[in-house]
Amino acid sequence: MADFETPVLGEYQVIPHLKRDTMAGSKPYVAKPDHQKALGFPVELVPDWENVAVKKLGELVAQSRALQVFLDSCVKCGACTDKCHYYLGTSDPKNMPVARQDLLRSVYRRYYTFAGKFFPKLVGARDMTKDVLDEWYTYFHQCSQCRRCSVFCPYGIDTAEISMAARDVMDAVGLGQKYSNEVIGKVHKIGNNLGLPGPALANTLEGLEEDVKDETGVDVKYPVDVKGAEVLLVTPSADFFAEPHVDGLIGYGKVFHQAGISWTLSSHASEAANFSMFIGSHSNLHRAAMRIREAALDLGVKRIVVGECGHAWRVAYSFWNTLIGPFDFLDQKYPIPQHICEFTHDLIQRGALKLDRSANDDKVVTFHDSCNVARASRMGNMPGGQFIIPREIIKATCNHFYDMAPETIGESTFCCGGGGGILTDELLDLRIKGAQPRMQALKQVVDEYGVNHVAAICAICKSQFTKVLPYYKFPMDMIGSVHGLVSKAIRLDAKN
Amino acid sequence: MPITVAGKTFETDEEGYLANRTDWSEEVAKEMAKADNCDLSQNHWEVLNFLREYYEEYQIAPAVRVLTKAIGKKLGPDKGNSKYLYELFPYGPAKQACKYAGLPKPTGCV
Repeated sequence: MADFETPVLGEYQVIPHLKRDTMAGSKPYVAKPDHQKALGFPVELVPDWENVAVKKLGELVAQSRALQVFLDSCVKCGACTDKCHYYLGTSDPKNMPVARQDLLRSVYRRYYTFAGKFFPKLVGARDMTKDVLDEWYTYFHQCSQCRRCSVFCPYGIDTAEISMAARDVMDAVGLGQKYSNEVIGKVHKIGNNLGLPGPALANTLEGLEEDVKDETGVDVKYPVDVKGAEVLLVTPSADFFAEPHVDGLIGYGKVFHQAGISWTLSSHASEAANFSMFIGSHSNLHRAAMRIREAALDLGVKRIVVGECGHAWRVAYSFWNTLIGPFDFLDQKYPIPQHICEFTHDLIQRGALKLDRSANDDKVVTFHDSCNVARASRMGNMPGGQFIIPREIIKATCNHFYDMAPETIGESTFCCGGGGGILTDELLDLRIKGAQPRMQALKQVVDEYGVNHVAAICAICKSQFTKVLPYYKFPMDMIGSVHGLVSKAIRLDAKN
Repeated sequence: MPITVAGKTFETDEEGYLANRTDWSEEVAKEMAKADNCDLSQNHWEVLNFLREYYEEYQIAPAVRVLTKAIGKKLGPDKGNSKYLYELFPYGPAKQACKYAGLPKPTGCV
């Protein structure tokens, strides 16, 4: 483990005293020319970038009434100031949501409001300068776009939208973030975040079939590119590659097997994630999502199910219809798209799965609500379904479940600290500190109920937990997939 | 920050991954490990060699499960798990081992 100053967990969450500029040195690597080019962005800071940036900002505000309202309506009430996990974990006042917004709002005021044009000093308006751009690059990459602040803002101002706009402007002038842009480039070129080519995917899935056969004696299939399958499953490529993600993928396959529903993955759309959302790039968002529509049409499937990925579910649930719709070629009897948790929950309710809770008796489980599922989407046909359904699945697969404190779950959930394009090693210090509020809430249920397992439905959360748990003296394998629990509990080929 | 091995200098990215895979040699791997205070044992080499073979065939590092299974077959079932790989490569088997093996860093939500 690299050496970082890890916040000390106390008895309860403390709102820290301000430490000005303590995170001023935290910034991600800058995208290389190749990464920029692949996404249609200038390869380096363009000449006259100040005017390009201001013009781009004006376009974004003109295109999005929401963005304009967010920039115009803040009254500095302060309700958001102690709601951001990065502020709570780092004490840097620029990580207060209002301060983060003001980094961009000050420029907007200068060029697009009457008062800012004529009396900039009176209204906190700033010229677009290199210092301002650098500050944007630093602090808009300390926002995981988790939207927790927006829940507490009386005007519903969404810092995520402002952070996306800032990143969009930065890309437009040639200052991109390496992590996100490299990943998006790989989706365009190869079809997934990892850059996992078709043959490697097939080899990996064959290996899983062997493993499941060894473990259960049952021939569970993990099919890819099967034309005429009922369901296309799109899932984050981390499910193929990483642990504990892969346990979730194994679980999905067992559920499909047990339900007797034919399904397939696609080597063309071997990624549910769409990092283009993190950088606010509509054109890249569209291009990456389009692979999924193409795959669904090409394979002739009737349904699309989305695996455990937080922001992918936001993109699918909230954007797909207008982005890559209409989906008139899919079976209209089922939700379009459908979350794997909805899919499994439905089968459980209908008694189609035989689950043995005692298989998870070694675990005392809690559930981490992932931001984009919690605050930017829904599941099922009831309000709050995105909170209820995963918990119902967990309770059907284990005997010991305890929620973390109510102000840290559901729509008030704390981010894992790695979302929104932050899950990169050079930001590890920020990630560790940003995880503090979640770790604090976790500690409470560990101490009180003996919780030893955190289930999640987001690939980023799972990787982030694996990395930061040890810094807080928790075991790294304490994090798991919800469908990892299903995988353990399911009794294959058993009849009810 | 380029890496210098036996008088030759090779280009790397910000995190020390080789820019050109063809620049790799066992000495490069040893030098990288030395910088992390890591002594490469025979078991480390089993992992690095497997990574390189797999990459040669598939143009990508193997998934963690593929790797643990292969290592379990080579070094014994008690070593075919990610816990053991983390003992060998405490910075994370996927990333640290790929770096020493001269492969690009795995990207995405990993």
